[in-house]
Amino acid sequence: MATLKDVLIKIGAVKKTKQITKAMGMVATSKLRGAQQNLDGFRPYAGKFAEVLGSLAEKAGEGASPLLVPREEVKKINIVLCTSDRGLCGGFNVNLITAANNFVKERSEQEVDISFTNFGKKGRDWCRKNKMQIDSEQLGIVGAKFGFNVASTAGQKLVDGFLYETYDEVYVVYSEFVSMARQIATVKQLLPIPPIETAEEEEVDTDKPYQAEHICEPSPKELLGDLLPRHVYVQLYSALLETSTSEHAARMAAMDNATTACDDMVDSLTLAYNKARQAAITAELMDIVGGAEALKG
Amino acid sequence: MAGNIRLEVVTPEKSVVSEDVKIVVAPGNLGDFGILIGHTPFLSTLKVGSLRYIDASNTERYVFISGGFAEALPDKLTVLAESAERRRDIDIQRAKTSLERAQKRLADISKKEDFDFMRVRASLERALHRLKLSGSRA
Repeated sequence: MATLKDVLIKIGAVKKTKQITKAMGMVATSKLRGAQQNLDGFRPYAGKFAEVLGSLAEKAGEGASPLLVPREEVKKINIVLCTSDRGLCGGFNVNLITAANNFVKERSEQEVDISFTNFGKKGRDWCRKNKMQIDSEQLGIVGAKFGFNVASTAGQKLVDGFLYETYDEVYVVYSEFVSMARQIATVKQLLPIPPIETAEEEEVDTDKPYQAEHICEPSPKELLGDLLPRHVYVQLYSALLETSTSEHAARMAAMDNATTACDDMVDSLTLAYNKARQAAITAELMDIVGGAEALKG
Repeated sequence: MAGNIRLEVVTPEKSVVSEDVKIVVAPGNLGDFGILIGHTPFLSTLKVGSLRYIDASNTERYVFISGGFAEALPDKLTVLAESAERRRDIDIQRAKTSLERAQKRLADISKKEDFDFMRVRASLERALHRLKLSGSRA
C-alpha cells in the first residue's frame, strides 16, 4: 500500500498535469477562434467561385478541359494527406490516417502506384514508417497561419502532375469541420475534377430574376480553362483550413477531457489520502487507549 | 448616372471592398473595362493590375488586384482575386523586397536549369504594379 507521502506526491503531480492540459486547452481555444475566422473569411469567396464555375461549366459543355476528363486506365494515384504537426489532440490524426489507409488498401487491389503529398508531420511520419512514396511534404502549415499561396503552389504541382500524366487521379484526405464536437475524416477527389454541381434552379428563379446568359471574355471555354486549376486550389485551401480548424477543435476537446480526468483523479486520490490518514490516526488512538488500559489494570 | 452599383472585392482570406460605387474600371485580360449600373451579365478574367472606382462621395479609389476574375450583374460587380489590397494598405517595403528578389533571380537565369520563369515573371509583375500604384499617391 502506498504511504501517505507517496499519495501526496501523486496528487501534486496530477495537479501539475492539470495546469498544463488546461493551458493547452486555452491555447487551442484561442487558435480555434482564429482558424474559424479564416474559415468564415473564405466562405464568400468559395461560394461565389462555385456559383460562377457552376454556371460556366454548364455552358462550356463536356470535355471543355482536360482536367475534367477521367483517365481510362488509372495507374498512378496521388493522395494529399492533411494531418496536424503535433499530437495531443485525441483521435484526430488516427482518424485521418485510418481513412487514408483504408483508401490505400481499397485501391491497392487494382495494382496502382500510390504516392503521397503530405501536409503535416503526423501523416508524413506514418508514410515513412509504412514505406510509402512521398512526393512532397510541407510542415508547419496545418494549424498555423497560412495564405492562399500555399494552396496555389501545391495545387499547381498537382495540376501539372495530372496534365503530364505523372498522376492519373488525385485525392485529398482531410478533416471536415462539422461542429466543435464533430470532425469527420473525409476523402475527396481533386483530379480529374468531378462533375461540377450547377446552382440550384429554384434559387436562381427567386433571387435573381434577371439571371441571363453571361457575356464571357475570353470565350467560356478559355475562361473555364483559367478557372478550373483555381478550383483545385480553392478545394485544397478549404481542405487545409478545415483541417486546421478541426485540429484545434479536437485538441480543445481532448484537453478538456484531460482536465476533467485530472480533477477526477485528484478527487479520488484525496479521498484515498484522507482515508489512509484517518486510518493512521485511528490506529494511533487505539494504541494509546490500549496502553492506558494496560497501565490502569 | 442612374445610380450606384455594388462593388465586392473578395480574396480567399477576406473581403477587401464592399460598398456602393458609381463606376468601376477593372483590368480585364483583353483590356480594361468599365462597369456602370445596369450592365448586362458579364464574366471576365483579370490580369495583375489596378482596379479603379469612384465611390459614392465622388472620390477616386484604387485597389491592387493580383489577377482573378470578375462577374458583373446589373446591380453588382463581384471581383474574385487571389490577393487584393487597397492602395493605402500596400506594403511598399515588401513589394520592394520581392521586386529585388525577382530581379536577382532573373539575373541568375543562366545558372539554374529548372528555372521557373513564369513564377518569377508573375512575382515581378505583382511587385511592379504594387509599387506603381502606391507611388502614384502623390
